[in-house]
This record gives sequence, structure tokens and C-alpha cells, in this order.
Amino acid sequence: MEIQSCVTILNEWDIVAARQLGRNVAKELGFGTVDQARITTAISELARNIYLYAGQGQLCIERLHEQSKTGLRIIALDKGPGIADIRKVMEDGFSTSGGLGAGLPGVRRLMDDFKIDSNPGEGTDIRAIKWLR
Amino acid sequence: MDFRKTMEEKYLSIVKHYIQTQSEQGLYAGQQFSRRALEQKISPEEVISLQKSTMQELMPELPEEVWHSYDILLEIMTGYGFAFREHQSLLSKQQELKNEIEIAANVQETLLGTSIPSVEGLDIGAISVPAKQMNGDYFHFVQDGNHSVNVAIADVIGKGIPAALCMSMIKYAMDSLPEYRKDPSAVLGSLNRVVEQNIDDSMFITMFYGMYELRSNILHFASAGHEPGFFYCSKTGEFKDLKARGLLLGVDKGASYKRYEQFVEVGDMIILMSDGVTECRTDKGFIERETLISYINNHIFLPAQEIVNNIYRELERLQHFQLRDDFTLIIMKRTN
Repeated sequence: MEIQSCVTILNEWDIVAARQLGRNVAKELGFGTVDQARITTAISELARNIYLYAGQGQLCIERLHEQSKTGLRIIALDKGPGIADIRKVMEDGFSTSGGLGAGLPGVRRLMDDFKIDSNPGEGTDIRAIKWLR
Repeated sequence: MDFRKTMEEKYLSIVKHYIQTQSEQGLYAGQQFSRRALEQKISPEEVISLQKSTMQELMPELPEEVWHSYDILLEIMTGYGFAFREHQSLLSKQQELKNEIEIAANVQETLLGTSIPSVEGLDIGAISVPAKQMNGDYFHFVQDGNHSVNVAIADVIGKGIPAALCMSMIKYAMDSLPEYRKDPSAVLGSLNRVVEQNIDDSMFITMFYGMYELRSNILHFASAGHEPGFFYCSKTGEFKDLKARGLLLGVDKGASYKRYEQFVEVGDMIILMSDGVTECRTDKGFIERETLISYINNHIFLPAQEIVNNIYRELERLQHFQLRDDFTLIIMKRTN
């Protein structure tokens, strides 16, 4: 069973809306405050990437119920310029926004599962899951 | 026992104890906790959450506003946690790279390995120490029967991995020179063409090549912009520069290298080095060639290998054990 809700990212305030959506779902699924903070940080990071590099896109939250597991999936979709060298952006220390800890590798570490698909000129599709423990 | 399972309890007792005593001992317990927590990679946001739940247990009557303020702290510390994890991951990546370079350095040592020939009438000592893990200096001996001992010493401008990679090429270029072409000016001429064709324009190599004829005791040599060596005349006790003119390898395809000669008598020495020896920087600036000569003089009656070892140790100490450039020193002493 998967229920999905989305926020369209156009400006910086939409990042807040995406965070709010993620927090509500996380709370409802029973995530603790630390995991809630991690999930919203991941959402912030992904939504910010859309806002900064793609201009616009969608951030969706899915509730996951699989056998005995419950989780939350963040989906970040855009039709922006895409990423030519995915391996490079997944490297630590490589970040266009600068500073320690920014970027996609950080998001991957905050979540339990992370998938990225991107083609230059076609956009980017990132899916990250956090399971409830 | 799993630290994670017991940390809540431990944290609670540390805080409780400190609130009662406000002692240094109590703070020390906190420091010990942080050490364990770091070992277990407990992130900052988890510590904030510990603090919040501890306070909720110890002082549940605190006003709502205090609990709300924790949300901000948690949010901020999650950002720090983000950076903390990246730091962890960069550390392990650094270790990986270190291991890889170490392996590369071993491979290089094997690739560039040369043994110091033992020849009747000639006492040879050589030492080469890289500033970082990989060596951009290179020396090589070839013994040609009873006829001659050939010595090459080279230095890539630059150090570290790029320099080391370059050197492997020089070694193989030299190995593939035909047997009859051990004449110093011919060797440098052909290496120059190899370097010019194969190496990046920004990289240059200096090299000294010498052929010591055992029967006549004449050193034939040529240099491609290499740091001049010394010739020590035992009769007069004087050191003079082994001057030779020649362009660095890789600058000009058509460069030619003049061959020079030096007759060597019993007790005389040939001293070859890389600029890591003369550009050894001390508190007072670069050491002078005269200083180096005085060091050699201090040990002049020792076997050649001991002289170079001693000089290396002394210069290493002079630089507070921080080599800034690769260091190579060779001494050849005629004994009879």
C-alpha cells in the first residue's frame, strides 16, 4: 500500500512546505524526533537542489507498508539540466553549494536506501527510503 | 554490552550526579561519555535527544517553552550530524588512499630497484629517501663486466606521485637502450627524446649520467641540467664542482649533451646528489654547498655507504625531520 502526497518546488518557501509534509507523515508513521529531524534534513537538501539547480520540480512523500516493515520514501523529481557525472556528485567533498556535509552523499547516509537516476537534459529522479525501527 | 542500549541510563546518571555535585569529577565523567559516544559514532542529534529525554525524566515540570527550544537545537545539531558523518566517511576514504599510495610506493621500489655493484677498487655508497611516500628522485647502477660501472641520477621537477610515475618511464627507457650505447652523451640524448615525446610540457627532468672506466679510472660524464656533483681530490684535500653543461631533459628535442672526463686517483671521490640535498632548508635558509662539504669532510675516512647515511641523518636533523624534497646522495670512492 502506497499513498503519495506531493509538493511542487518553485521557490524557497516550498522547501518549508515539503519539510512540513515530510514531518507530518513521519510523525504519523511513528518516527521518533531524531529520525524526524533526519528525514526533514534530507527533504530540505533534496528540495533545495531542485530549487537551486533545476528551477522547479516535485517533492513527494510516500508511506510504505511492506510485510512487517513500515517506512517513508522521499521522491525528488525534476526536469532540470540533469547530472552528467553521477559518480562525482555522489563523492564526499564534492559540492557546489559548498561546505562540509552538504549534498547527496549526506542524504544517502541519513536514509536507509538511496537511488538516483539522471540524464543530462532530461532531469533527475531521486528516491530515498527511511524504515521505521 | 551494547553502548547504545545503555547510554540513556548512563547519560541520566551522569547528569543527575553533576546536578547534585557540580564537581570536576562529574564533568570528567561527561568527557568519558563523549569518548565512548564518538567511538560508537553517536551523532550530535542523538546526544541532543538524550539530553531532552533526560531532562524530561529529571524535571518534567519545566515549562513548555523549554521543550520547544529543544526542537531548534535538534534541527541545528542534525546539520552538524550531517557534517559529522561526512567527516567520518572522508576519514575512511583518506585511510584507503593512504593504503593505496603505500602499495604504489612498494611497487615503485620494486620497479626502480637497483643494487649497488661491488667492484674491486671502488667503494660505492648510495641513499635515496622520498619526501613524501613516493620518490621523484632516481638512481641506477649498471655494471658492465670488468669494463665499467655506469651511474645515473635523476630528479623530476616536482615531487610526489606525478614525479614518481615519470621516473618509472625513465628507468624503462634506460633499460631499453642498446648495450653499446652507454656513452653518457648518447644516453642523455636518447632519453631526452623519450622525455620530450612522452611527458607533459610542464614536467622536466634533470639527470646526470656517468660511466666510470675501471681500467683507466676515468669518469666520463654528461649532465642534463642536474645539480652539479663534487669531485674530491685526496692529494690536495679539495672539493671541486663536477661542472657539465646541458639542457634539462624534455625541453628541446634536438638538445645535445657534451661529454666530460675526470681522472680519478686512489682516495679520490665522486659525489653525486639531487637538489633535495643542497636545497635542504634549515632555520637559516638553504644550506651552502660549503656546509655540505664540511659534513662530508667530517666522515671522509668512513666507508662510502656510512658517509652517505651519516650525512642524511645530520641533514634530516637539521631540518627537524621534515624533508621538503626527495633526497638522493651517492658517493664513489676509488680505493686502489
